Amino acid sequence: MSTQARGGLTGPHDLGDGLGAAGGDEPVISLRGVSHSYGAVRALVDVDLDVHAREVVAVVGDNGAGKSTLVNVMSGVLVPDAGEVVVEGRETQLRSPGVARQLGIATVFQDLALCEDLDVVENLFLGQELRRGPLLDEVAMEREAWRLLSQLAARVPSVRVPVGDLSGGQRQAVAIARALLGEPRVLVLDEPTAALGVTQTAEVLRLVERVRDRGYGVVLVSHTMPDVQAVADRVVVLRRGRLNGDFDADRTSYEEIIAAITGASPARRPRRQEDA
Amino acid sequence: MSTRAGGGPEVSTDRSTTVPGGVRGVGGAGRAAPGGSSRGADARAWAGAPWRERELGSLPVVGALVVLALVFQAFNSNFLSSDNLVNLTLQSATTGVITLGVVLVLLVGQIDLSVGAVSGLAAAVVAVGFVQEGWPLWAAVLAAVALGAAVGAGYGWLFTRLGVPSFVITLAGLLVCVGLQVRVLGATGSINLPYESWLVRFSQQVFLAPATAYALAALVAVGYGVTRWTGRRRRLAAELSAPGLVSIAVRTGLLAAALLLVTWYLNQNRGIGAMFAFFLLLVGMTDLLLRRTRWGRSVRAVGSNVVSARRAGYAVRRVYMSCFMACTALAALGGVLSAGRLAAANQGTGGSDTNLTAIAAAVIGGTSLFGGRGSAWSAVLGAFVIHSISSGLTLLNLDASIRYIVTGVVLALAVTIDALSRRRATAVR
Ligand SMILES: Nc1ncnc2c1ncn2[C@@H]1O[C@H](COP(=O)(O)OP(=O)(O)O)[C@@H](O)[C@H]1O
Ligand SMILES: [Mg+2]
Repeated sequence: MSTQARGGLTGPHDLGDGLGAAGGDEPVISLRGVSHSYGAVRALVDVDLDVHAREVVAVVGDNGAGKSTLVNVMSGVLVPDAGEVVVEGRETQLRSPGVARQLGIATVFQDLALCEDLDVVENLFLGQELRRGPLLDEVAMEREAWRLLSQLAARVPSVRVPVGDLSGGQRQAVAIARALLGEPRVLVLDEPTAALGVTQTAEVLRLVERVRDRGYGVVLVSHTMPDVQAVADRVVVLRRGRLNGDFDADRTSYEEIIAAITGASPARRPRRQEDA
Repeated sequence: MSTRAGGGPEVSTDRSTTVPGGVRGVGGAGRAAPGGSSRGADARAWAGAPWRERELGSLPVVGALVVLALVFQAFNSNFLSSDNLVNLTLQSATTGVITLGVVLVLLVGQIDLSVGAVSGLAAAVVAVGFVQEGWPLWAAVLAAVALGAAVGAGYGWLFTRLGVPSFVITLAGLLVCVGLQVRVLGATGSINLPYESWLVRFSQQVFLAPATAYALAALVAVGYGVTRWTGRRRRLAAELSAPGLVSIAVRTGLLAAALLLVTWYLNQNRGIGAMFAFFLLLVGMTDLLLRRTRWGRSVRAVGSNVVSARRAGYAVRRVYMSCFMACTALAALGGVLSAGRLAAANQGTGGSDTNLTAIAAAVIGGTSLFGGRGSAWSAVLGAFVIHSISSGLTLLNLDASIRYIVTGVVLALAVTIDALSRRRATAVR
């Protein structure tokens, strides 16, 4: 167990050194046929989603399209009525947040779940502090905090400043760094720029790119098209709970995506499946 | 389940072993990345800043104490006499023990309005148990403190299971405890403790021998210096910014000088009371628990943001429960000590202003009413401020009415500072 855990731990970084042997085009995580209804409301209908290493998949859609439901499914908060997740060729179910994290899916929710009065290091290790005997190992935690933040090139004035004193973008960086602490394969971000101004949005988007460049798969839920176009490699459109397009971000125009969101165009077949 | 568990990194277990592994896995590549240089720059910029800026949180109170001392000294030169200061330390100790518990409850963002009543009840239990029932004194003390903890367990249960607001629960608890106190004391309403009992001697008459006091003061300073020095070595080994040797030496020297000076000055009179030393020990231990253990971290996290704390995996209910119980147990202990100090327990013990004084002291000492921010040492500082005011005004022959008004104004000031700093913190973003 522990050796495997360590293998998973360094995995994304190995990829960072030049796509590892596992490489190829195998998705690190795939959702298969996920459906979920709230009573009569069909929030997700037979949704497939592949996430590859080193890729930012944007999930876009109108209000009520099912984006948040998808995030909740991926994070294990919500157990869907049907569907499973395939991790390393094995089919499993995300039965709880703990299982999702064990399988390598880390989620940063919109409210970030930080404690404003605690400093950056304390927040990064919230609930999973390192110890040295009975006492907390502040030195190890601080060193690890610097390592994580510098990987993301996140600019934080000091790791000993309360998170409440940080800007929105910096808080997002802390929340993302915390999610990466568990060495996941995939990072799910729910509307990370929704509450931010222009500068801080740019900062967070750079952060997303860096996370991707370190070999993680990123699922970016957003309804802000400029953000999506800035960082996404692939754009998945949800419409009324169904997949309504899976686009290569570089080869797709803004209008095409908008059309898929609003339902003005027929669903295009996903690029990945064309390749296969 | 077992196949799945093997598939991904284990999150919750093996933290201490997996993370260093991760550091090694990243190796030089991660360090040499742009982040490496940004860390260096940050570390350099930070090196000039205070070691931990949060420690400045208690600066306003210390300033207030100095101002109070100077003002009272100007009006009456007895204020800073060693005799008066020794009295002050003893008065502060009983209030301070109760305040220490209040600090814990405030840290989780709750309040206990019944600490005075609980202390009075505990005093009554000790007196009745020891004097009337003939229990061994240690058993009576233990029973009183256990009763206090049980009251807190009741609060914790009502709060965490039924969601009743803590100020209502503890207000109800206050009434119940006052009633119980009167019943326990019985018809006489007042019971004297024999002067030769160890509780009375401990709280009134036992003072550290001068040599012991100096040795302890020196030990604390040396311990501080050694801790800082080993901390510096560990931080340097981990390539983190660390305080300079000179700064450590200067701080240690200043601390040693201050401690020895205070010890010397108090030794001019009776010296350092055993009860005061005990109080400082309690505060020091609580401070260690709060700052350096997982429990302490969970307390501040819960007080700062319960939802985040719960998501982070802390056992939130247990955290609340532990703080309510520690608070009432400490209140009971404070009551026991004040019974010892007065060599009596009566219906007034823990009554009138004990409650308000203990709660006000926590806030004046710098612990936030809004949860998440504060320190065990605010019990010491707050108790000093409150008793300085009362002692100073008494020396000026001003009666209790003025004392209440001045204390109230100081409390209002402290809460205002608290609220303002809170607003600044949330307004910055
Ligand atoms: N807890 C819930 N109970 C009932 N219906 C819900 C609930 N959450 C979401 N829905 C419904 O499911 C659909 C998808 O919602 P959601 O996933 O929040 O969409 P999005 O995040 O894309 O705006 C909407 O019609 C919404 O009203
Ligand atoms: Mg939503």
